[in-house]
Amino acid sequence: MAAPDAEAGVVILGSGLGGYTLAREFRKLDRDTPITIITADGGEAYSKPMLSNAFAQGKDAQTLALKTAAQVAVELCITVLARHRAVRLDRNAKQLVVRQPDGGETQIAYGTLVLALGADPRPYNVEGNDTVRVHSVNDLDDYAAWRDGLAPGGRVLLIGAGLIGSEFANDLAGAGYAVTVVDPAPWPLGRLLPEELGRELAQALTGLGVTLHLGRSIALLAPGGAVLDDGTAIAFDRALSAIGLLPRVSLAAEAGLVVDKGIVVDRLLRSSDPDVFALGDCAQTEAGPLPYVLPLMSQARALAATLTGTPTMLKLPAMPVAVKTPALPMAICPPPPGAMGAWVVTGSNKDRKALFTTADGTALGFALSGTMVAERQALAKEMPALLE
Amino acid sequence: MKKYVCVVCNFVYDPALGMPEDGIAAGTAFEDIPETWSCPDCGVSKADFEPVEG
Repeated sequence: MAAPDAEAGVVILGSGLGGYTLAREFRKLDRDTPITIITADGGEAYSKPMLSNAFAQGKDAQTLALKTAAQVAVELCITVLARHRAVRLDRNAKQLVVRQPDGGETQIAYGTLVLALGADPRPYNVEGNDTVRVHSVNDLDDYAAWRDGLAPGGRVLLIGAGLIGSEFANDLAGAGYAVTVVDPAPWPLGRLLPEELGRELAQALTGLGVTLHLGRSIALLAPGGAVLDDGTAIAFDRALSAIGLLPRVSLAAEAGLVVDKGIVVDRLLRSSDPDVFALGDCAQTEAGPLPYVLPLMSQARALAATLTGTPTMLKLPAMPVAVKTPALPMAICPPPPGAMGAWVVTGSNKDRKALFTTADGTALGFALSGTMVAERQALAKEMPALLE
Repeated sequence: MKKYVCVVCNFVYDPALGMPEDGIAAGTAFEDIPETWSCPDCGVSKADFEPVEG
């Protein structure tokens, strides 16, 4: 199966933003080295962050796909094996065992392997979840399945009021769906926002018609209905879970690579095997797992340089995360994990600025809402780098 | 002059309008924007824009 020169080539597992951005950046530096992308998905180029505000963009699963796998392959002069799933990595032989769309298996050799596998939705475990299809949206196929049969004006039960949950709540409510959100945290984006801004976001979502049950969990799920831990009953047509992601590490772990929360990589994005690299949601740098698009794009650029002969240490400045909640736009630059300090909040109503500040007055992170979002680029320059 | 679209968030740079708030005057071609400029909506770099075809 493998072409004669493929042994010197680069094989990328995954056709998400990580895999495709790496291929694009690589091709800017090197037109000749063979690149093969193996993906369990359909291989369409699309932007995952757009999945949670597709309605606002006037998009559906079809129009979210910017290019087909074949178009990307021609444009970047690469091979894309869509609907091919890597089932085993044999590092001694430097080859992958890959399941083809017809179910047969084949071996594909690599010179350099890049794992851009992404992450899996965290499973939602609650009594009765075997009686209801709880959707999660983590890729374009998931989004198509979610939108298929979502009747206009239908009632949506959304589990999780984090970043993605809040974005989906805003997008679905804006499109006329009756959205009910359940989250044990006392306000949306509970781990990222101080209370003042969290309450403003809650109010903005409520103003859009979203029903929030915060500080609550689901005790029982049944077809068409959920019961909360305080006894509240919620009727729904479709359920969507957005409770976080787990880096995809099993292929790497089974091959004996060092794995923690994600696939552990050094500053060159190299795993514990010098011929195997990882980036994006499946990878864990010194700065920890960073499941956001800005770090991923920086990783792709650094890795493209490294793989084309210019070893390039990953550097990550402070990178604000844009929260796509048009009801109340936000930008958040989380303080480093474990940082000691407290939020100092200024502004009023929707327009607020929160600085996570140490005892000696140094700002380590921020959260901005409403018109204050305009300050995010300037403020980001003052924040400590994620990786110097 | 071509418009350019951000591959991550769909933000469109229209050279006819420029980005006066970022100090980029109306009529500035995308190619002439500083390389340090980033997407005003999602923050990705200038390299993550593609020309709008047609």
